[in-house]
Amino acid sequence: MSKIHIPTPLRQYVGKQATVEVSAATVAEAMDALVAKHPDVRRHLYTDEGKLRAFVNLYVNDEDIRYLQKEATAVSEGDSISIVPSIAGGAAGTGDCETADLKPATTMRRCTCCPA
Amino acid sequence: MASTITEIPVTLSKDEILRYSRHLIMPEVGMEGQQKLKAARVLCIGAGGLGSPLALYLAAAGVGTLGIVDFDVVDYTNLQRQIIHSTADVGRKKLDSAADKLKGINPFLNLRTFDTRLSSDNALQLFRDFDIVADGTDNFPTRYLVNDACVLTGKPNVYGSIFRFEGQASVFATKDGPCYRCLYPEPPPPGLVPSCAEGGVLGILPGLVGVMQATEAIKLILGIGEPLVGRLLLIDALGMKFRELKLRKNPDCPVCGTHPTITKLIDYNEFCGIRGEEKPVANGVPEIQVEELKRRLDAKDDVFVLDVREPHEYQICNIGGHLIPLNDLPKRVSELDSSREIVVHCKMGGRSAKAVAFLQQAGFKKVHNLAGGINAWAERVDPTVPKY
Repeated sequence: MSKIHIPTPLRQYVGKQATVEVSAATVAEAMDALVAKHPDVRRHLYTDEGKLRAFVNLYVNDEDIRYLQKEATAVSEGDSISIVPSIAGGAAGTGDCETADLKPATTMRRCTCCPA
Repeated sequence: MASTITEIPVTLSKDEILRYSRHLIMPEVGMEGQQKLKAARVLCIGAGGLGSPLALYLAAAGVGTLGIVDFDVVDYTNLQRQIIHSTADVGRKKLDSAADKLKGINPFLNLRTFDTRLSSDNALQLFRDFDIVADGTDNFPTRYLVNDACVLTGKPNVYGSIFRFEGQASVFATKDGPCYRCLYPEPPPPGLVPSCAEGGVLGILPGLVGVMQATEAIKLILGIGEPLVGRLLLIDALGMKFRELKLRKNPDCPVCGTHPTITKLIDYNEFCGIRGEEKPVANGVPEIQVEELKRRLDAKDDVFVLDVREPHEYQICNIGGHLIPLNDLPKRVSELDSSREIVVHCKMGGRSAKAVAFLQQAGFKKVHNLAGGINAWAERVDPTVPKY
């Protein structure tokens, strides 16, 4: 089994767990297993075309998979996979989500932070 | 690691020697180190959650010149985490409030305040006068701007970022180290941006991360220890777990790679997909003002109020609306009667606009968005309703 570390903003989509255990031989298989178990987390990690979002990085142990074999990177028993989305907070809340574009295509799409 | 500071001969007065005594007796700092601190010039971007502890500790530690860039005014919602400001400062410029506290802590501080929004027009000029830049901003366009300006001017970027219970810290844009774009080449599209008033943040978290940034800045100045260059520190305040990931300098990085394509500052709002002319709420969604809703409710018109916030927000305050959180709306839409007039509200009007658009697509004809949300109601109709 490999362990996937879930960042706090995404835990609400995986039953509030900090880690999810999956059985997989590659990062792609591990992520497929995660999304199969917890379908709600999919759109926060993947685009509608099924590509990993550009602001979500994946690590096997402490290595960025972009510098390994990307999603084909092998994982073995005991490895940990980390999902690391970019976050920007620091000063005052800006209400960006409230002013974000509301075009029909993005209607109902939520950001990784907002309760809704 | 070599110090990033050009050695400037400075001496410490008798008062300063007493003040910095606990530094001076440590061989890793000593007189030489304290003089380096005094000669150092650190620019803090933002006097908010991260900037508060950062600036307070750097001033206390004896950093000689501290610059702060901020254009904001202190409000009540800042006080939960922005500890450089106090209740009496609400309504004052953050720069003025911060200056009082910093000067109070250390009268030897040479404080330089810049009452402006950091922009592509002023960043390079500002950064040139400093040795280290500490990024305490709260949005993606400014993060990329700070990063690129640091790379272009050759200044280390002491980075910290927070969200809810999660923090990140690193040191970017040192001579051989990676930059923020090596880590995240692209920002999230707007609407998926995890930086917002409604996302929330645990008040102590910027304290934790801001102090880490201060620590890294001081190590860079002193040239001691192992700075977070090429390492991303992840902080999970809920589990109180700290993990570290390797960061690599991306040879194809558009700004710090071997063949950079970004050689001057760009339009960062455009880069982050934020188009100024696109105002919220409008976007074709029919609206109703809070005064009009009040009048119609008082007149006992048949208006169904739908609240699309989360249950924990409903507990803070409500105007008696029927609660269906936005995310549950698709599966609970059958609870609504499309023949009735529906007014949808949230906190500020963003989520409810999405709900209105969704309901319109689902065939609802008489549905309006409450402009400004419950906060506007609290402001203009019923002051007993708390704002949050």
